Amino acid sequence: MDLQTTIYLVVGASFALYIGIAFWARAGSTSEFYVAGGGVGPRVNGMATAADWMSAASFISMAGLISNMGYGGGLFLMGWTGGYVLLALLLAPYLRKFGKFTVPQFIGDRFYSKSASTVAVVCLLTASLTYVIGQMTGVGVAFSRFLGVSSETGIYVGMGIVFVYAVLGGMKGITYTQVAQYVVLIFAYTVPAVFISMHLTGNPIPQLGLGSNLVGQDISLLQKLDTIVVELGFGQYTTTTAGSTLNMFVYTMSLMIGTAGLPHVIMRFFTVPTVAAARSSAGWALVFIAILYTTAPAVAGMAKYNLMSTVNTAVATNGDLYAADSSLEVAKQPDWMNRWAKTGLLKFEDKNGDGRIQYYNDKTKNPDVIAKAEAAGWKGNELTVNADIIVLANPEIALLPNWVIALVAAGGLAAALSTAAGLLLAISSAISHDLVKGVFNPNISEKGELMAGKVAMAVSIVIAGYLGLNPPGFAAGTVALAFGIAASSLFPAIMMGIFSKKMNKEGAIAGMLSGLFITLFYVFAHKGIFFIKGTEFLDLIGGPNPFFGITPEAFGAIGALVNFGVAFVVDKFTKEPPEHIQHLVESVRTPRGSKAVDGVHA
Amino acid sequence: MDKSGEAYWKATLGLLTKILVVWFLVSFGAGILFVDMLNGIHLGGYPLGFWFAHQGSMYIFVALIFIYAKKMGEIDRKFDVHED
Repeated sequence: MDLQTTIYLVVGASFALYIGIAFWARAGSTSEFYVAGGGVGPRVNGMATAADWMSAASFISMAGLISNMGYGGGLFLMGWTGGYVLLALLLAPYLRKFGKFTVPQFIGDRFYSKSASTVAVVCLLTASLTYVIGQMTGVGVAFSRFLGVSSETGIYVGMGIVFVYAVLGGMKGITYTQVAQYVVLIFAYTVPAVFISMHLTGNPIPQLGLGSNLVGQDISLLQKLDTIVVELGFGQYTTTTAGSTLNMFVYTMSLMIGTAGLPHVIMRFFTVPTVAAARSSAGWALVFIAILYTTAPAVAGMAKYNLMSTVNTAVATNGDLYAADSSLEVAKQPDWMNRWAKTGLLKFEDKNGDGRIQYYNDKTKNPDVIAKAEAAGWKGNELTVNADIIVLANPEIALLPNWVIALVAAGGLAAALSTAAGLLLAISSAISHDLVKGVFNPNISEKGELMAGKVAMAVSIVIAGYLGLNPPGFAAGTVALAFGIAASSLFPAIMMGIFSKKMNKEGAIAGMLSGLFITLFYVFAHKGIFFIKGTEFLDLIGGPNPFFGITPEAFGAIGALVNFGVAFVVDKFTKEPPEHIQHLVESVRTPRGSKAVDGVHA
Repeated sequence: MDKSGEAYWKATLGLLTKILVVWFLVSFGAGILFVDMLNGIHLGGYPLGFWFAHQGSMYIFVALIFIYAKKMGEIDRKFDVHED
């Protein structure tokens, strides 16, 4: 069977599965729509959370980023998993005990203020909408590259699928499709990794393979990789940090806090039956996430080695990397390079006209490398590789069978669709529950609210699709913004709501607003006001990364510090929260008396 | 024994602190601040600091959450505030 047909079959089968689940798991009440009826077991919820969390970025881009960054890429690994420790210890069990449908409802009730909950809704909508654009474009990318249709068609099909199970089933439909999507995506990710690890190191477990010797050689994969990349002028793979140590520290912290504060992830913990289940479910979520996240660095390192040895034949033979016949002849390019060159993700330009491809860092300051490259007649790096290729073309680079390539296509789509659905639910429940029922029409009937939820979901899907089709020029930078907002506004507010009995509404609102403001200020200074080109105001703050060299992507943790600081100062000078709120905090802290999650506004 | 809400909360915070100290040490400590020092030691083909950043910290995170869930359950029962 040819590749295209295989891909259509595998992707088609996965879609049929999702739609089948959608009809089986229709939602008949608001409780089913918002929290899947509240009876999801900790393991099932863990698996659904893993799919909810692992987005197109985790599946498609992360390994490529790590491959380019080397050691510094570890900030994504530690940041995006370490956040679950914070979520499990500091937020999830307490929010589950609180027992309401949404995150803004907790903030509104705990800080006895509609304004507080409205600020939270605004933060939630900004964070989730920017995040969902990335998922929609991810769906388009996966479709256009694997199924040979335009990315517009891809987005329409993606919208259609999500529409069926999210509108019909709400959280209930989403939960069970996410479980199926997890299974698809984890197979799609690990199968090629196992093959490649086996091939390079003889060890079928990628996590061990990365720390093993290369087949037939007396040198470890990482050591060899270090030697090659340094010889070609790149930074040493196992030691190159992301900016300064301080930047890496703060960046990691921002991703951790942001992860713990993302509403679409927090919401998943409202679906489990007890507080104890919320705790263990976070552990299961991280188990399922770690299966992919510990494989990713292996994929990153191995794909880098494969790429290097494809382009430079001396890598495998331990020959002279700069010898004239070491570089790959253009005419002998493997098929996958031609195929991916068509998508523009891989670019080649024969600068010195020798009919061969030279891949090295031509911006290096290493005098040895500069001298060798000059002696060899190299006139600059001739190959540019988009980070996404590392995962997307991985099976082809390793010459794996067609069904593995098809599986990767289905996996990429599963990752994007599952995250999109979770985000859309967070958005639609904030609208139907926190705004429609909470603010505009508190007397709405359950049936009316369910309908409002479904309408909000449908509208959100259309908006997300529209933004995916016409991505604002800034789409790429926005995921960092989502984390920054979650870290600087939502995480501190929720945490203080639980851990500080005396925190009052004035403190919480001032904290959220100032955390949000300072983070947006710093990001906009670098990237333009609302990411509009030409509106950057770096001069005003003294050049790029003025705050101790911290990059805007890493700034969320600083925003969180400001949030905490402002909140405590304002709290000192304003009135204590009323007695019944202090009792509420006490009851949130103890598991006994946990009840089914409901939507009654206090 | 003091079974008040305050004592329960103190026990909880004690557990959280211990776990967060380990959480901090394996990621920010071993994976970032002391990475160069640890890279002098090797774990198979992995430099140890690099291993913590790309592998080890994640395994320890998983273990930490399950240890937390288990110990928290014990504290709940000890102070008689567990769910039925």
